[in-house]
Amino acid sequence: MNGQIKRVATVAMALLVVLIVATTYWQTWARPALAERQDNEIQRVAQFEVRRGVILTPSRVVARNRPRVVRGKTLYFRRYPQGKLAAHVVGYSTVARSRTGLERSLNDYLTGSVRSLSSLVDQSLDKLNGKPIVGDAVRTTLDLNGQRTALEALGDNCGAVVALDPRTGRLRAMASSPSYDPNDVERAFGKIEKIRANCTPASPLLNRASQGLYPPGSTFKVVTASAALESGKVEPGSTFTDPGYCTVYGKRVNNFDTSRPFGTVSLATALQFSVNSVFCNIGLQLGAKRILQQAKKFGFYDRPPLETPESERRPSGLYKIEDRGLHLYEPKRNRDVDAGRMAFGQERLLVTPLQMAMVAGAIGNGGILMKPYVVDRIVAPNSRTRMRTKPQKIRRAVSPATARDVGDMMVRAVQAGTGTAAQLPGLRIGGKTGTAETGVGGSNVTWFIAFAGPEGKKPTLAIAVVLQNQSLTGGATAAPIARQVMQALLLPTANP
Amino acid sequence: MSARNKELVNLCFAALVASAAFASVSIVTTGVVSTHWLGYAGVVFGLYITAHLVARSTVPYADPTLLPIAGLLTAVGLTVIYRLGPEDARRQAVWIGLGIAVFAATLFWLRWDYRVLERYKYLFGVSAVVLLLLPSVPGLGYRVNGVKLWVKVGGLQFQPGELAKIFLIVFLAGYLRDKREALARGRLKDLGPLLAIWGAAMLVLVQTSDLGSALLNFGIFIAMVYAATGRFLYVGVGLTLFMAGSAALYNTLGRVEQRVTVWLHPWTDERVYCAINGKLEYRQNCDSYQLVKSLYSIANGGYGGTGLGKGTFETVDGTPLIPYLNTDFVYSAIAQELGLVGAAALLLLFMVFVARGFRISLIAQDGFSKLLASGLAFGFALQTFIIVGGVLRVVPLTGITLPFVSYGGSSILSNFVMLALLLLVSNRAVATANRS
Repeated sequence: MNGQIKRVATVAMALLVVLIVATTYWQTWARPALAERQDNEIQRVAQFEVRRGVILTPSRVVARNRPRVVRGKTLYFRRYPQGKLAAHVVGYSTVARSRTGLERSLNDYLTGSVRSLSSLVDQSLDKLNGKPIVGDAVRTTLDLNGQRTALEALGDNCGAVVALDPRTGRLRAMASSPSYDPNDVERAFGKIEKIRANCTPASPLLNRASQGLYPPGSTFKVVTASAALESGKVEPGSTFTDPGYCTVYGKRVNNFDTSRPFGTVSLATALQFSVNSVFCNIGLQLGAKRILQQAKKFGFYDRPPLETPESERRPSGLYKIEDRGLHLYEPKRNRDVDAGRMAFGQERLLVTPLQMAMVAGAIGNGGILMKPYVVDRIVAPNSRTRMRTKPQKIRRAVSPATARDVGDMMVRAVQAGTGTAAQLPGLRIGGKTGTAETGVGGSNVTWFIAFAGPEGKKPTLAIAVVLQNQSLTGGATAAPIARQVMQALLLPTANP
Repeated sequence: MSARNKELVNLCFAALVASAAFASVSIVTTGVVSTHWLGYAGVVFGLYITAHLVARSTVPYADPTLLPIAGLLTAVGLTVIYRLGPEDARRQAVWIGLGIAVFAATLFWLRWDYRVLERYKYLFGVSAVVLLLLPSVPGLGYRVNGVKLWVKVGGLQFQPGELAKIFLIVFLAGYLRDKREALARGRLKDLGPLLAIWGAAMLVLVQTSDLGSALLNFGIFIAMVYAATGRFLYVGVGLTLFMAGSAALYNTLGRVEQRVTVWLHPWTDERVYCAINGKLEYRQNCDSYQLVKSLYSIANGGYGGTGLGKGTFETVDGTPLIPYLNTDFVYSAIAQELGLVGAAALLLLFMVFVARGFRISLIAQDGFSKLLASGLAFGFALQTFIIVGGVLRVVPLTGITLPFVSYGGSSILSNFVMLALLLLVSNRAVATANRS
């Protein structure tokens, strides 16, 4: 009988070995996937036992911890001392509504789960000593003064401001209006739901600076002008006759103001005064694919890089409505797209303010597009720097000559063109206005994009401002906001 | 060193580990280093020392590892139960005391020759079936979670299935010793009893809608028939019949179907009909809620675990996250707090216990003893597999207890009876071997 008993014993042992294997599977291999699941409350609650790393700006703390003892356990809840100033970039970390912003994308650092050997040793020792795990601190590049100025300037309007250093890609300001107080998310979400602004729905949680998609209007002419100059077919001095309209597929496309045709104008003048018909004809001459090619070099059709969660950034480009949703659309043939309208920012183009700031930045930076970043460094609890962001070039968007020529045209637009409202003494500013009509009176999307810097030096700031539901032009609404933010960021002493 | 002295050393070692675990939980939950936990550890250790002394006088040659392993398992279980709710731990400690009393009683009763049990095999067989059907008697049994497993008499409630399992093993050991030559010849008419037991298992399944017990008892039956006859044909036929029966019942018993669906697809991306509240819900928020939460708990442990007393079992405002944590899901609590290292160590303890059980079976001289020991050892392994495998999504989840670890009186009592029987068989086998 012993032979049979041995076989039965083997089966019994095999059953138990299966259990060890299965336990190993769930605790090692399947663990990250389970931890990611939204309905995993254990993971969400457990992370509140970690003393989360703080989030800082160069001057202030924007996210810190408030310990509370619950049932003998110390739990660390988040407080955001700067309230709504940096809400969209920093995001929130709560029990009730999980996480957004940097709180979400950098969760592994903030909870100390990105492990190097030394931090693993430190953590194990802390665990044995019963000390809480401490996460890494995140230092951002945001300028709170710039954030405050931007939000105040945006006021009740729905819109966004993005400002970055074109030389490095360092994000200086990213504000979305209306904003919300992240301290309300956990316990007073009703307050956030009640926020109203000059648009419906007000969607205060949406980061319009990188998630909002708007028709670019005339700001897209910067891209078209770049494409035209890069093609070699057009020079800044090339002249065009402006009849006040342009004919596309037998239909007339009018200038913003049809009463005064410009007559014969150069490309430079056309950009300075934002003449639609000239760009319409350039667009027809170049074809849609060449313009889109140039747009891609500026970063269109890619999600703009930034440390915030991927779902909070959207790529810019042509969109079409399909299955009740917006879908990025890349035309295969030139005739699929109305190149004339696209050339001055209509057609089905939708862009984010972050993308347009990158366009202005590349022009200001001699044609080189830098990778935007908002996290300067990540610091371990033992004060050792775990990660420091080095400025990275994405690619050359246009040649130095094109950048210089388009830049000069934009400077003229601010000196004596559509963007005069953005002038600041002592600074060289090049900008482009945009006014996209949505077909409903008084509900234009208005834009201003610009680069700026001290006279005779490389520009040190690129900015994009967008506003929804405006009755006036970009030059009248968005340019003054850009001016205030530029002043706050470049001439801080003048605005104490 | 004599077997009993080894046992004493092993017990002291187990007590050391258990005390450390208990102290750790106590420090974490109360926040201060106190000697309060010494009371618990002392009581449990004292009980096991009593058990050891009883074993010393009744089964001097028996295997020295079984009692310490049982002690360590109950201590780990008690620690986790205490950590989840001190009230339950007090009751569990009382049950452990009763269990050791039953253990001592069994040893004293059968200390001369446990083989008298063979004489009453049919009585055991009939009692097993009666016990299994007891929860279906109107007015006596009641349902927990849709499964009829419990009997309530006055204020006392117990699960007769736990005891029935041991009766069944005793019956089978006696019956198969008698009939194994006839069965091994494999005449068609000898398939009769096999079919009868299969029918009984199915009947129990239908009556109680408890897939776990049916699977456990039928698995023990198949293993013992194979051990007795050495014929794979019986295993094949038995398993086929069981599968066929379960498949047939799959459609008629909504509960079985639901368990299998949950096992195969615990997560859904779309809302499906939820019978609990009659609304459309994601399955992970409805039928598979327990399983999914328990998997999250296990995964949260990782390699090293969160540490005893530091696991997460409730939300920030104190609502429990996992239902039935100290009975069906005790393994997911242990796996979270002790991690892969601790959970694997626990499973290794089970493996050592099972291995020692089979070793006893191998060195036993007579057929009844061999079959009894291997039946008990296999039942122990299979029960562990069914519940832990269910929690780990290896097999469909069915609510049975983890031997020695789960909270629950009937389970503790029957485990101690099983332990006593194994020690008796072991004692006789070693004593006989020494004499010859």
